[in-house]
Amino acid sequence: MSRAALLVLADGRFPAGGHAHSGGAEAAVRAGRITGAASLEDFCRGRLHTTGLVSASLAAAAALGADPVTLDAAADARTPSSALRAVARRLGRQLMRAARATWPSGELDSLAREFPKGAHQPVVLGLVARAAGLGAQDAAYCAAYESVSGPATAVVRLLSLDPFDASAVLARLAPELDLVADRAGEAARRVPSDGIEALPAVSAPLLEITAEDHATWPVRLFAS
Amino acid sequence: MKSRVDGVTTGVRATARIVARDDGRGGTSLPVLAGEGPLALRRTRATGDEARVMLVGAMSGPLGGDHLTVEADVGGGALLHVGSAAATLALPGQAKGEARYDVRLEVAAGGELRWLPEQLISARGSELYVSSRIDLARGARLVYREEQVLGRAGEEPGRLTSRLTVRLAGRPLLDQETACGPGAPGGWDGPAVLAGHRALGQLLVVRPEFTEFPAGARMLGERAALTPLAGPAVLVTAVAPDALRLRRVLDEALAAVL
Amino acid sequence: MHLDHTHDGPTAVSADAHRPDGRRRALRIGLGGPVGSGKTATVAGLCRALRDELSLAVVTNDIYTREDAEFLLREAVLPPERITAVETGACPHTAIRDDISANLEAVEDLEDEIGPLDLILVESGGDNLTATFSKGLVDAQIFVIDVAGGDDIPRKGGPGVTTADLLVVNKTDLAPYVGSDLARMAADARAQRAELPVVFQSLRTRAGVGEVAGWVRAQLAAWTA
Repeated sequence: MSRAALLVLADGRFPAGGHAHSGGAEAAVRAGRITGAASLEDFCRGRLHTTGLVSASLAAAAALGADPVTLDAAADARTPSSALRAVARRLGRQLMRAARATWPSGELDSLAREFPKGAHQPVVLGLVARAAGLGAQDAAYCAAYESVSGPATAVVRLLSLDPFDASAVLARLAPELDLVADRAGEAARRVPSDGIEALPAVSAPLLEITAEDHATWPVRLFAS
Repeated sequence: MKSRVDGVTTGVRATARIVARDDGRGGTSLPVLAGEGPLALRRTRATGDEARVMLVGAMSGPLGGDHLTVEADVGGGALLHVGSAAATLALPGQAKGEARYDVRLEVAAGGELRWLPEQLISARGSELYVSSRIDLARGARLVYREEQVLGRAGEEPGRLTSRLTVRLAGRPLLDQETACGPGAPGGWDGPAVLAGHRALGQLLVVRPEFTEFPAGARMLGERAALTPLAGPAVLVTAVAPDALRLRRVLDEALAAVL
Repeated sequence: MHLDHTHDGPTAVSADAHRPDGRRRALRIGLGGPVGSGKTATVAGLCRALRDELSLAVVTNDIYTREDAEFLLREAVLPPERITAVETGACPHTAIRDDISANLEAVEDLEDEIGPLDLILVESGGDNLTATFSKGLVDAQIFVIDVAGGDDIPRKGGPGVTTADLLVVNKTDLAPYVGSDLARMAADARAQRAELPVVFQSLRTRAGVGEVAGWVRAQLAAWTA
């Protein structure tokens, strides 16, 4: 294995569809809840410790070899918004496509057959990490980072925020990313003994609520 | 009950248990209705074929160190409605550590549970972990409401963590945790999570008919959304500035769904 | 002009010329070009010209709305199930060049849901002169510019003007009003593009419309040969 594979997978330019999604930031900008770097940081911090932690845990568990079908059902239960479930599956399918071309693997082929319309993205991400020779912690880092890098990039476009400010926000969140990746890895390692409920289920009510609204907007820059 | 071990005050441990069964005459009987300590249960006048139970808080609780459990088991053909006489107030206690409140609900195929208690209020300085587990058989029906209010009027909230895990036929249907208040992971009051709202609630309706006629997602005002789950169920998620406005949204949703 | 279409097993996931069931997939043609040059109108013209002889579908890449898809629906150039919109997160060129995953899902879903297709037109969101389609997404591309955008565009070149398989210079009926020199545009385009074809089109006078459709037919003939 090469640790550098993590850089390929976590690169924002990895062609897996993320660029069209704001992680709820577009709705928060419209509602006046994100107006600059400080509120972007608050938004990202909240997202990191909720959906970010949940995604990181699912990814880590998948990377450790937990049954992807069980993990996908666990992801469904942790994603009450039907709009967000649809987004998670769409992104899972897009990631699957990019990953199969990048790191061909029998496990990815069989997951693609099991979920032709896409499994939840974090579950796919965990299996992609395996295919790339990466570990559970790497998968958790990747998921946790995506949970904040997506909104940060989107807000640069939505508010014409200074891109240096957005990068500084991500850098300030780094210690918390470490914590979340650690927690996710610990939770994932408990799955074989404690079952799927060992995985965190922390939710962000406003992300769930506003996702349903955003999905109905006739004019928007981002798909979610 | 409150006990002293080696001179250290420990909290109260108490369990209340309700068992509801089809009485064979078109109604619901309650072969078990057992309160304990601060958890008192009263059977109130029933309407139609349902049995109605009121959870009466004989003491203000839960306090730090307490461990309270409420269990309900609803059999096939039984219809149980559970309410509470007043809001539950989480307060700091003399005993060390967080308080724990466990809710364990089980509904058999053809049974129905309407779990509609009053709010849970997290008072300043309190630390409470709520764990609600609901196990439903395929064909069970459920209306479940939970509301959390962060602090009494104008008060800072305590630390409140609440996890709701619902399984249908052994498979996860809904798994949600909220963690708020001092010491909760960062961003809990930020623009992604609560954004200053002090009341949050969920209304879950599980009904076999949703398999054939799934509900569509829709907004209920600006701060609440109804969404179909991946199963025969809908969930209303709502945030509001205060308990009153939260209840108004959930009541409207309840009326629309029932 | 065509890619080297080889079937390289289950991991070939984008440019592969075959569908999972082994059948040859639809030919995909991309239409790019600056905002307002008439891409959507050209797509509509192609649909009207070809829909009776071919099974075809359209994917639009709007910048921030479903407006292009809705224009095509309103004009009823194709039944609604044959038109899909992809959202691009404010970066239309990313969705057709750097990260084509959403567009590939869209073309595959169209073939899955409405059965065998001969041709899928993928319309880019209006962007700039450098936006081109990835070879993983389309088999050939048309670049649409218009005379009102300035008659110096062919001279300036750029990836779209220089390398597109077909360059369409649109709205030629406006040339006298905006002071554009069509002869000069034609000469500049020839200089930039060598043998690659150029069509001067006016959707109002219908000039050139048949030529564009004819070019598409020729691509399809080569694809299915």
